[in-house]
Amino acid sequence: MDLAFTMLVPVLIAGTALYGMFRRVDVYDALVAGAGEGLGVLIKIVPALVGLLTAVYMLRASGALDLAAQALAPVLTRLGIPPETVGLMLVRPVSGSAALGVGAELISTYGPDSLIGRTAAVMLGSTETTFYTIAVYFGAAGIVKTRYAVPAALCADLAGFVAAAWAVRVIFY
Amino acid sequence: MAMAVIWTGMVVVSIVCALATGRGPDVAAAAMEGAGAAVELCLSMAGVLCLWMGVMEIMKRSGLSGGLSRLLRPILRRLYPSFARDREVMDSISANVSANLLGLGNAATPLGIQAARQMSRRTPGVASDALCMLVVCNTASIQLIPTTVASVRLAAGCAAPFDILPAVWLASALSVCAGIAAVKVLGRVWR
Repeated sequence: MDLAFTMLVPVLIAGTALYGMFRRVDVYDALVAGAGEGLGVLIKIVPALVGLLTAVYMLRASGALDLAAQALAPVLTRLGIPPETVGLMLVRPVSGSAALGVGAELISTYGPDSLIGRTAAVMLGSTETTFYTIAVYFGAAGIVKTRYAVPAALCADLAGFVAAAWAVRVIFY
Repeated sequence: MAMAVIWTGMVVVSIVCALATGRGPDVAAAAMEGAGAAVELCLSMAGVLCLWMGVMEIMKRSGLSGGLSRLLRPILRRLYPSFARDREVMDSISANVSANLLGLGNAATPLGIQAARQMSRRTPGVASDALCMLVVCNTASIQLIPTTVASVRLAAGCAAPFDILPAVWLASALSVCAGIAAVKVLGRVWR
């Protein structure tokens, strides 16, 4: 099963190439042309990410997230979310690696099969790094007016967190 | 403007907090570190991004992505009504959705970026309703097999790291539904 997962990407690429050959497409020329376009996209993403990550790193270093976590804990208990996971919820939309770090910490501290450990795992598995995704997509597409994309995406995140806590309680306890 | 407000807010809050908690030097160092990390992140994803855009080009020229989008068309047509007749955009979204479902986050991002670029041609500089939908669907990401989290659980001594799968699917599905509903509602009221 593990091997099947690791081989998925190479097999997909090989399958695409074989199908292309079968349809008499110049596969290599197409690959190089597409990859060249990728470079142009990359150049557009760099400035957006420089801006975003500068702010994210500053926020993380300032301890603002810890303060917010303390303030939010009582509200979360009301919503049925274990208050220990508040740090994870705050970091999740801004930084994928930091969220994984916080989540791994929760999972090892409370145990992978505890309510908190499971909730943290489900939260990590069912949400994405929202601000990173928005910065990358809109940066590449040259979008300046983001309209309601940010609030709508945060709505989805919040629903994901509440649903994660709820699903773990319903399925395991 | 949303990003401008959030970005300025993040920077100002960091400085205020840093002064209050005495972490000023840390924040100053972090600002420089973050800027560097952004470039490193871009370089680290450069190869994968180029590779998948290349593979996508093969799929496009060979008609494979067309087949894929015919399969997903009944759903995507409803989510992106304004692009339902735009084959190029539909093909890119289909590839993005397929990669997301397979758990290939590395492939999903370049494919989604391509869809976003194609969509933005119609409304340069402004996020149309369809573009908001694309971004929200990707931030909510339905992932069938969360391998990274499973490996963290395994490392913490879990006997059945995948026993959270049903809960993950349930939570992802609810999160995506909430995102779609938010886009549909906000699209009506937002100018």
